[in-house]
Amino acid sequence: MKKSHILIIVVIAVAIGIIVSTAGDASTYVTFDEAYSMATSGNDNSIHVVGELKKDDAGRVVGIQTGADMVSFSFVLVDDNGKEQVVKYKEPMPTDFTKSEKVVVIGKYKGDSFNAEKILLKCPSKYQETELTAGT
Amino acid sequence: MMHYLVGDLGHFFVITSFITALATFFSYYKATTTSALDKKEGWLQNGRIGFYLHGISVMGIVVTLFIIISNHYFEYHYAYNHSDKNLPTHYLISTFWNGQEGSFLLWMFWHVVLGIVLIHTNRYWEAPVMAVFALVQAFLASMILGVVLPGIELKIGSSPFILLRDVLADAPIFKAQPDFIPEDGNGLNPLLQNYWMVIHPPTLFLGFASTLIPFSFAIAGLWQKKYSEWVRPALPWAIFSGAILGLGILMGGYWAYETLNFGGYWNWDPVENAVYVPWLILVAAIHTMITYKNSETALKASIILVFAVFILILYSTFLTRSGVLGDASVHSFTDLGLNGQLLLYLGFFTLAAIVFSIVRWKHIPSSEKETSTYSREFWIFIGVTTLCLMGFQVIIPTSIPVWNQIVGLFGGSSSLAPPADQISYYSKFQLWFAVALGLLSAVGQFFWWKKMDKEQLKKELLTPFIITLLVFAGIVQITILQFGGVKNPSYLAIAFAGAFTIVANAKILFSLLKKSPGLSGGAVAHIGIGMMLIGIMFSSGYSKVVSLNNTGMLISKELTEEFNRDNLLLFIHEPRTMAGYDIEYLGERVEPRNKHGYISKNDITPTFNPLKVVAKKDIDYKGKRLYSAKDTFEIYNENTYYEVEFRKNGKTEFVLFPRVQINEQMGNGFVASPDISHAFTKDLYTHVTLPISDEGKEDFEKMEEVRVRMNQEFFANDYVSVLQEINRIFELDGIALAENDVAVKAKILVKGERTDYVAEPTFIIREKLVGRVADHINDLGLRFTLINIHPETNEFTVGIEARQKDWIVLKALEKPYVNLLWLGTLVVMLGFSMAMIRRFREFHLMKKKGLE
Repeated sequence: MKKSHILIIVVIAVAIGIIVSTAGDASTYVTFDEAYSMATSGNDNSIHVVGELKKDDAGRVVGIQTGADMVSFSFVLVDDNGKEQVVKYKEPMPTDFTKSEKVVVIGKYKGDSFNAEKILLKCPSKYQETELTAGT
Repeated sequence: MMHYLVGDLGHFFVITSFITALATFFSYYKATTTSALDKKEGWLQNGRIGFYLHGISVMGIVVTLFIIISNHYFEYHYAYNHSDKNLPTHYLISTFWNGQEGSFLLWMFWHVVLGIVLIHTNRYWEAPVMAVFALVQAFLASMILGVVLPGIELKIGSSPFILLRDVLADAPIFKAQPDFIPEDGNGLNPLLQNYWMVIHPPTLFLGFASTLIPFSFAIAGLWQKKYSEWVRPALPWAIFSGAILGLGILMGGYWAYETLNFGGYWNWDPVENAVYVPWLILVAAIHTMITYKNSETALKASIILVFAVFILILYSTFLTRSGVLGDASVHSFTDLGLNGQLLLYLGFFTLAAIVFSIVRWKHIPSSEKETSTYSREFWIFIGVTTLCLMGFQVIIPTSIPVWNQIVGLFGGSSSLAPPADQISYYSKFQLWFAVALGLLSAVGQFFWWKKMDKEQLKKELLTPFIITLLVFAGIVQITILQFGGVKNPSYLAIAFAGAFTIVANAKILFSLLKKSPGLSGGAVAHIGIGMMLIGIMFSSGYSKVVSLNNTGMLISKELTEEFNRDNLLLFIHEPRTMAGYDIEYLGERVEPRNKHGYISKNDITPTFNPLKVVAKKDIDYKGKRLYSAKDTFEIYNENTYYEVEFRKNGKTEFVLFPRVQINEQMGNGFVASPDISHAFTKDLYTHVTLPISDEGKEDFEKMEEVRVRMNQEFFANDYVSVLQEINRIFELDGIALAENDVAVKAKILVKGERTDYVAEPTFIIREKLVGRVADHINDLGLRFTLINIHPETNEFTVGIEARQKDWIVLKALEKPYVNLLWLGTLVVMLGFSMAMIRRFREFHLMKKKGLE
């Protein structure tokens, strides 16, 4: 066998190894119900949940509670199945939080509350912004 | 008044830039394919004129857009959305690439500059190379075209010259008043108001743009059947590109470290990965190209890698701009509806590269002989393979969102998400790749410069190996002494690999310096890589929190255990000890817009305009007079700096000003930026995690009243105070008082721990009603009110209210030897530059001989 063949085999093996390990380390997008059943069945991995902030009829965000000063806060996230869940976050509210169209929380259940380790926001396109008044 | 002309002109330039790009492509295509010499020359001439016209159009777009921004024509969406009237000129320039359209424009601009350089330096390759350039420009111009195809209602591109009212067509104000122009714009996000925003994007985009050059040469080579000749002119540009792109990436890292308060310089965010991977592959391509120049092997690999670099750049453009990463990245991108176009751009050039490769594959010369394990080609190849796998490992998880989309397209559903903890996930893989690279770049260099066999290798490697062991022992010793032990065995591997590559390449460097210093660029660059590895190992692996709460008291029960442990509560003027220093919080500062310095908030009075303040007294900074009393000047009102003094044995060592920004534009978010004390062995990285809140500042205890005479001392919450002056004033907040109204302003001097403070409460009788304006000394938490005047006894009643003193919660980290990383970066850049100069010289020599 030529050396180059051995090299190719090694490269392919490493590449497959990378793909397999990626699949293993990858997190998943789930709903709150799935996340809850995962947590209760002893799965300790962090997962992604996509949802929207709970809003009242006038479109205002409701359910945000700021913790001691600015350092932590909790909010209500409605997932794609419409389930509402209080999410706790140990850091200050991210910029643009209340303006966000969609929120992705990464974390896991601890008891009945969902603890987020990281929050990602999907903000509305600037082209949809229509709040312009003569005052600005 | 609406300024239509400039926007129409801009739009005209956008369209001409698109058309001229197409025309240039056609001319150069003809010049490449026509064999009749006279016609060829004619087409070449056409192409050149076309490209110049294209260049003029692009400059036209740049100039018109800049006119719109700098003249504050807020009827245009771009100016309204990205700038405002208060931005200084250098930020107005950076406004330019703040939006997506502008960043496409920046990219086009660099292509024009590089294209003109190529036209003038390389006539031989001009036609095919510039044909590729022109085609790329046409695709880029289409991104900012902003035309809707009639009939099928297909929108092509997003123009920067679109009017605000066309964007916000539904806004009620435009229905009532079509010619409405907003008074001021949205402004540039204060977080981006930083000099890095001025220099980082142009550098990065120059890096992006320059990857087109090797790509164009490779395409031209295959097209013209000059399978190997393209390498020589492409190589110096590939090195140039590697240097600039690398510099751009590291600038981003330094920006994050210094300003954005991620606590580090690299986060393995998809956006960072999207430029990191092409850079790795580019470095791999440079290595195979150099190998080819020396031994005529690795030509096929060079072609594939050079193609891959440009395609990866396009892929990263697609990833970051299409919104596909929306659920996976902390950087939020707006989707301009360009997905189809971006995909077409990516798909077109990927397909072109693949088709050219397949058609010409058989003709590309390659050496069939088996490479020996003791040949340099073999080792370079292993190194290149490592670099490619390193990139592969990053691009796969980064592409998970794309994978989900593809599965979705075929009707399936994939709910895979990127790894939850990106930093530890990527680090654990990349670390071992880095170790392999360090070792390979050490051993590989010996193979490169000398013919090797087993015996020779042993002889050559023995001394560097022994020195490396000594250096390594030194590093381990430092680790044990400074950090109490090795944290993770893998750090030892990094340290060894880093030390080995530094020592081995230093040996090569010394022997080269004697003979031919011009050739030593590679050795220098590899030394830099070794320094970076050790710098990263120390600064990331041994970074530690030094602001440990040593008071035995919780900051607040409502905060987490971790927060209470790692943060220090500092009351103003109450020293604490931290990391071997006595530290003292000295108060809130603001920064003036037009002068450099920090000004105490106590020394200024706010006005109705939040940007403008009035000096209460003469203001000095570092012995220099910034403003005299009663001067009105502008400040950066979003930013508050917290002055913290660090002392050793009673002597001030340094003063830090960590910043907190209340970012109004982003929902009044709280954005902290660090301040860093740089020392060679370690950086002290501090940031304010929690300042006293505005409510806290209003939480006064019950007012205490004292009756005092002029110049009589009294105590205000234990601070010695004197009523120094009472002056009648005739205007209040810039408004003159009516004839029968009376107002007096008291001047109360308060002796603080460090300096004297002045409070100026006002007492007014207006239309027979008494009014009082209190004055607040922030630092001391004291508020004074002039309650009453007793002319019969020459006494005054002063109200004193006290609250808890000002405080901040500070977190500080030590980042050991992080400067080794930055220094290593500079060394790598130096190495790249040396290699680039050498290769450009080579190219010029051959050109002179008429060979190119």
